[in-house]
Amino acid sequence: MDLSFTPEEIAFQNEVRAWMAANFPADLRAKVETGEKLYKADLLRWQKILAAKGWIAPAWPVEHGGPGWTPTQRYIYANEMALAGAPDLPAFGLKMVGPVIYTYGNEEQKRRFLPRILGGEDWWCQGYSEPGSGSDLASLKTKAVSDGDDYIVNGSKIWTTGAHDSDWIFCLVRTDDTGKKQDGISFLLIDMKTPGIEVSPIIVINGDHTVNQVFFTDVRAPKKNLIGKENEGWTYAKFLLVNERNGIAQVGHKKHTLRRIRKLASATDMHGGRLADEPGYRQRLAETEVALMALEYSELRFLSGQKTDHAPGTEANMMKVAATQLQQSMSELFIEIAGYYSFPYDGFRDKKGSNEPPVGPAEAGGAMFDFLYGRAATIYGGSNEIQRDVIAKVLLSI
Amino acid sequence: MDLSYSDEQVMLRDSAERFVAANCGADNLRKMRASEEGFSRAYWKQMAELGWLALPFTEDQGGLGGTAVDTNVLMEAFGRGLLLEPYLTTVVMGGGALKAAGGRDDLIGKIIEGDLLLAVAYAEPQARFDLFDVATTARKDGSGWVIDGHKAVVLHGDSADKIIVSARTSGDRRGKDGISLFIIDRGAAGLERRAYPTVDGSRAAELFFNSVKVGADALQGGEGQGLAILEKVSDDAITALCAEAVGAMKVLLDTTVEYTKTREQFGQPIAKFQVLRHRMADMMMEYEQAKSMALVAALKVDSADPVERRKAVSGAKVQIGKSGRFVGQQAVQLHGGMGMTDELSVGHYFKRLTMIDILFGNVDHHLKQFSAAA
Ligand SMILES: Cc1cc2nc3c(=O)[nH]c(=O)nc-3n(C[C@H](O)[C@H](O)[C@H](O)COP(=O)(O)OP(=O)(O)OC[C@H]3O[C@@H](n4cnc5c(N)ncnc54)[C@H](O)[C@@H]3O)c2cc1C
Ligand SMILES: Cc1cc2nc3c(=O)[nH]c(=O)nc-3n(C[C@H](O)[C@H](O)[C@H](O)COP(=O)(O)OP(=O)(O)OC[C@H]3O[C@@H](n4cnc5c(N)ncnc54)[C@H](O)[C@@H]3O)c2cc1C
Repeated sequence: MDLSFTPEEIAFQNEVRAWMAANFPADLRAKVETGEKLYKADLLRWQKILAAKGWIAPAWPVEHGGPGWTPTQRYIYANEMALAGAPDLPAFGLKMVGPVIYTYGNEEQKRRFLPRILGGEDWWCQGYSEPGSGSDLASLKTKAVSDGDDYIVNGSKIWTTGAHDSDWIFCLVRTDDTGKKQDGISFLLIDMKTPGIEVSPIIVINGDHTVNQVFFTDVRAPKKNLIGKENEGWTYAKFLLVNERNGIAQVGHKKHTLRRIRKLASATDMHGGRLADEPGYRQRLAETEVALMALEYSELRFLSGQKTDHAPGTEANMMKVAATQLQQSMSELFIEIAGYYSFPYDGFRDKKGSNEPPVGPAEAGGAMFDFLYGRAATIYGGSNEIQRDVIAKVLLSI
Repeated sequence: MDLSYSDEQVMLRDSAERFVAANCGADNLRKMRASEEGFSRAYWKQMAELGWLALPFTEDQGGLGGTAVDTNVLMEAFGRGLLLEPYLTTVVMGGGALKAAGGRDDLIGKIIEGDLLLAVAYAEPQARFDLFDVATTARKDGSGWVIDGHKAVVLHGDSADKIIVSARTSGDRRGKDGISLFIIDRGAAGLERRAYPTVDGSRAAELFFNSVKVGADALQGGEGQGLAILEKVSDDAITALCAEAVGAMKVLLDTTVEYTKTREQFGQPIAKFQVLRHRMADMMMEYEQAKSMALVAALKVDSADPVERRKAVSGAKVQIGKSGRFVGQQAVQLHGGMGMTDELSVGHYFKRLTMIDILFGNVDHHLKQFSAAA
């Protein structure tokens, strides 16, 4: 057993670090450091830079455009990127539907979709949840009825992140409602430009527009865009959900945020002293750091192939619960630093060409904005109540 | 012992609840936050006619001689309705400061009529929650004063007709002596304002005093007497906010119970899942403890015993902070995606509770005050 990196791994780490220092645009870095909102154009610019370098999809097989790294290299890479302040690119194409397509799609689908996901030509959104089907996803009702070479799709998806910015949506649709609810679901790719699709924005608690309701009225979707077999979509859907949860620990990002918190708490002149010296705050900060270490080393254990003793297969569920709780407590530490300056509603922190400075300390920017949005982390991707149910089911074998 | 409301208090509660039910709530908030001042002048006039603006002032001042418990009866209803009008800043804080300082019953009369809005500018960027941390200075200038400094996040500092500001007339930045209060017109030369909306749909402003000249009569309550008045104002405001938070928590609890009974997943109302039932039982218990502590604060905020007053007020603020956080966060969680929307009222109450936790000092701050008093 050896915790330390090999000389080759250290060389790789240095390579990533040096490349980031030279290639991560300074204006994006500044936006991240002050909590400003990043728009599609910002992210796309970054995506193109990474795609050109061949580092855009660390987990993809080499034949489809992955860099062929070991799990340790991937871990080092994710960590270094986050520590350098690099924003996450939307997962929907690169981490969700991409792997579904190269795992379960046909050759034609792979040729057609994968390169455009890597290059950012196509942006994707996830059409799983429906108004009546959230936690009980398998009860979904959006219907796809066979009509020659096409399906005719009717129904509605909700909470669809980024639908307003997307070119394609991957949908779970009902193709059979005679048997068990999981058995009649299919995984269908639909072009967002198809007539009959309407995207209606939902404004969330921090005033941002991230999610939407998507309505389908007699939408004609070619059958050639069906993944795998009809009525077997639940298998692909679950494969994707596990991938979604795997990335959720976000250890590197948490380290980056904690570094920001520690720096601000140590520098800010509050109470005539530093907030980091206040006993209560100091203790919570330390507790948070311990929780982050536990998360990091659990992730490493699971990555290295160790399984849990009691409920094998639930590692991703555990990581989801632990990581989202930690994220939420970190964002509470952050608004505590901002104090009264967490009150100003800073909109999307999009200066839109204005050079008026934010109200309050710029470095604490976005604290309340992220705290509010972060409440969703224990709801989406399968709520934490549902994750615990899954763990308990395996633990108790019921 | 009798902890029940008097007939007058029951009437006051009922009329306030009718008022907010008819006029306020999340729909009103969404409409108002897009307006110039963030609240309704028409509602303010109605509140004056109902006598609410007169509640805490003495009969000599033209008021109703109400107690802190009476104010809390109103504030709890305001909390239920997400009322946006500047009752806290004008009546409780501004009016409270004038009452404590004495000598300006003319202005109190105008508050009662609904003709004067006040804001109290006490916070500073470096001060965090310490009322005595004052870098703003007031220097003698003939018979008057010249004020320089920056006041942070002044609630309703944009619409107030007059500002009551704390400034240092002697001593060091963190000295407890040498703080004085001044009242200044909104239009005073050298007073700059940067107004902005706040997260909970209200308004605040940064106020910059650039050599603002005021006359001798601007000084309120005597030179160097400002801190004791500010501390009283802060305690009264905390007491009122605790009641507001109780009202908000009650709505969240009721709304969540109702939602989980109607929302179905897995073929049954989600209220059937034991983990959610226990969560709601915990929410209810938090609400009840918060309500008890808000009452303690109201009953003891005017106590002559400083230790008793400190423990009641800071203790209530700690409890409200913790309970409000739990109830607010769990209400969002149990509503699932719906809880995250701007459309539902849940998020607005949650945001207000989050801000109340920070206002006048968060849990840590008041735990320290509490243990220092004990
Ligand atoms: C910001 C945000 C972004 C999202 N993005 C997407 C997206 O891009 N694509 C997409 O398809 N979906 C997306 N979602 C939807 C998300 O996956 C759902 O919100 C989630 O599955 C919960 O469903 P629901 O909102 O219907 O809540 P419900 O299922 O109604 O749950 C309400 C409450 O009941 C609890 N509950 C439900 N069932 C049980 C049970 N059996 N036992 C115990 N407790 C239970 C839940 O934990 C929750 O607290 C997003 C959601 C949010 C908030
Ligand atoms: C120190 C002590 C003194 C006692 N004195 C007395 C006494 O003077 N007279 C007397 O009559 N009895 C007494 N009791 C017994 C006590 O009332 C029982 O232990 C108690 O009712 C729980 O029953 P149980 O031990 O059979 O546990 P169980 O009922 O088997 O419970 C085991 C666990 O399951 C949980 N559980 C059970 N049902 C549910 C459910 N529906 N939902 C969620 N969780 C559940 C329980 O909370 C517990 O954690 C005493 C017990 C103790 C420990």
